[in-house]
Amino acid sequence: MSTTAAASVEEKKMRPPEGWREEVDASVRWPVIAFIASGTFWLIVGSVLALLASFKFNHPEWLVEQASLTFGRVRPAHLQTMIFGWVSMTGFGVLTWLWARLLKTKMRFGWLQLVSVAVWNVAMVIGTIALLAGFSRSIEWVEFPLFVYIIIIGAIAIAALPLFEMLRRRRVHHLYVSIWYIGAALLWGPFLLITFSLPIYEGVAHATANWWFAHNILGLWITPVGLAAAYYFIPKVIGRPIYSYHLSILGFWTLALFYNWAGLHHLVGGPAPQWGVTISIVFSVMMVIPVVVVALNHHMTAFGSLKAVLRSPTLRFIVFGAMSYTAVSLQGSFMSFRFWQEITHFTHHTVGHAHLGVYAFATMVLFGSIYYIMPRLTQWEWRSSRLINLHFWTTALGIGMYVVALTIGGILQGMTLLDTSATFMEAQFITEPWLYARSIGGTLMTVGHLIFGYLLYSIILKKGPELEGPVYFAPVLRSGASSSSAS
Amino acid sequence: MIRASVLFVGSLAAILMSFVALSVFPAVQLMEIEPTEGRIDYNFAESQGRQVYMREGCIYCHTQQVRPDGFGNDIGRGWGTRGSEPGDYVFDFPHLLGTMRTGPDLADIGQRQPSRDWHLSHFYNPRSVSEGSLMPSYPYLFEIKSEAEVLASDVVVNVPEAFAPDEGVIVAKEDVLNLYAYLMTLKQDPTN
Ligand code: HEC
Repeated sequence: MSTTAAASVEEKKMRPPEGWREEVDASVRWPVIAFIASGTFWLIVGSVLALLASFKFNHPEWLVEQASLTFGRVRPAHLQTMIFGWVSMTGFGVLTWLWARLLKTKMRFGWLQLVSVAVWNVAMVIGTIALLAGFSRSIEWVEFPLFVYIIIIGAIAIAALPLFEMLRRRRVHHLYVSIWYIGAALLWGPFLLITFSLPIYEGVAHATANWWFAHNILGLWITPVGLAAAYYFIPKVIGRPIYSYHLSILGFWTLALFYNWAGLHHLVGGPAPQWGVTISIVFSVMMVIPVVVVALNHHMTAFGSLKAVLRSPTLRFIVFGAMSYTAVSLQGSFMSFRFWQEITHFTHHTVGHAHLGVYAFATMVLFGSIYYIMPRLTQWEWRSSRLINLHFWTTALGIGMYVVALTIGGILQGMTLLDTSATFMEAQFITEPWLYARSIGGTLMTVGHLIFGYLLYSIILKKGPELEGPVYFAPVLRSGASSSSAS
Repeated sequence: MIRASVLFVGSLAAILMSFVALSVFPAVQLMEIEPTEGRIDYNFAESQGRQVYMREGCIYCHTQQVRPDGFGNDIGRGWGTRGSEPGDYVFDFPHLLGTMRTGPDLADIGQRQPSRDWHLSHFYNPRSVSEGSLMPSYPYLFEIKSEAEVLASDVVVNVPEAFAPDEGVIVAKEDVLNLYAYLMTLKQDPTN
């Protein structure tokens, strides 16, 4: 007990001065805006590439004359722009803002982050052009030429420097759970990129390293930032502390210990050493623990505040994302089982699962975070709650269609492939209607991205009417929750 | 948590363990592996063809790994006679195992479909030999020449009437010939 008393004394000594929020926000304003705006640019590029790829499945004769637009080139360009452009750059903006708010201290050397954004964008442009020009390394999730990743690692390092400085000068005693996730991700992301770039893998060992890496980029680079944001915004907007501190510790360390062992389930039944695959299946199942723990913590906090979830754009996106996290993770544990993989491995089912993770979870959480962060950075309101609403429904319905279509289409494809009396072509034909539905879902999502891009452009340049208070989907009746948004 | 150092050391230790176990250890374990009998390193044309395979992203629709007997139906489909083994891939970097079967597995395509005419027509337009295929056409891997321009060394591609250009003949470019050469290395037990 005496330690808590000592801690609260510490806490008092470190307490930041009145008005620190404005001061802190102002110090990160341009770096965070630059990261978010760049990421959104790549989101739109990535969406165009995605639609090209998706429609090519429906019309294989469409745009085949141009080598740069062939399916096998736009498909990796889509993945790379989304992962290393949209999710990573926007994620960096969001994590920087959270970091500053939670450590209650100003960012110094913010220009380093601006340099990082510039360098990172150059790397993305070179990488994307290289893929379309035919310089793919053909390693899934790591298709860009090697030197592009070296530049990106450099950009992450430069952008992380001011964050370390802030950790040193923090004006809080206690590190909130979001800080743990972000701090760990800043270590894990570059670690993954560096270790996978080492020239020590060949043949089948290259495949095991590939899937150890790719699964972890999702689990240890993208997921922690999404969870950090959910851990911050859900209690913040609702105006109630997180359900359980102890659960958040348990959730963090179990994720740190289990997730990084799960990747090799991608190689089940193949030539890779099956002991590794078995270990990965065991850990994939153990991932149920951190997932249920985090789910309890998030959903119990949001539980009972349905009104706030419906009213606040931030919450609506983030709760959607947090629910998707629970769904995708439990699905992932289930998908690692051999009997299920026998059907779904090598089918569109896996692609649906990947989008449930990177989109329905990570991307939706990023959208929600940006709706909260931007007005505080620009001192300007979003121009229209109607458009935000439209953004929500196009993306939510779009990803819903996407995931449902590929989940079902993939199972049918897998069962047909197992059916000894069916020809291979029957397995292809059975997916076709579902691939059409996927294209429609993708189109809806892209419409949402264009709306979002327009809203972001308007708020950065302070276009549109000057509004009195924050934008909600419905008039605010209680004042309880709005106190947090005024901060 | 209060200490950033605990966080740092803990997270680093966690990832180091799995890195060593799942990335480094398989690399060391498989370093000593012998190539499957009969498998030899790629010659120049074949490795150029492999580059084309990488460049055009065939990996996003095709795997190169046969599932073993009793797991899946690969052998039943005639995609190979045995499950793939590490020794089949000793000359491969990057690995092209793949994760998606929009198209059939190709680990044994050299045995299953050796016809050059078939493959060239298929690349020019998959629907010319395989009705309803979702595989893209690769017209840019071919040239259309007038009869008079065709050299003796040119490989002329015969496609069914409906798919042929209005005028001239289809000539395979070097890239697609190399790609074909690469596909022919994809055989289980190449000595057969
Ligand atoms: C959009 C997905 C897609 C892409 C990309 C793709 N394929 Fe295919 N491929 C298919 C489908 C579907 C089939 C089955 C129908 C057919 O025979 O065309 C197929 C069939 C094949 C076959 C015949 C297999 C057999 O068992 O008869 C070969 C060989 C082949 N593809 C090679 C390639 C190569 C080489 C590339 C890259 C240049 C490539 N494919 C790119 C979808 C694709």
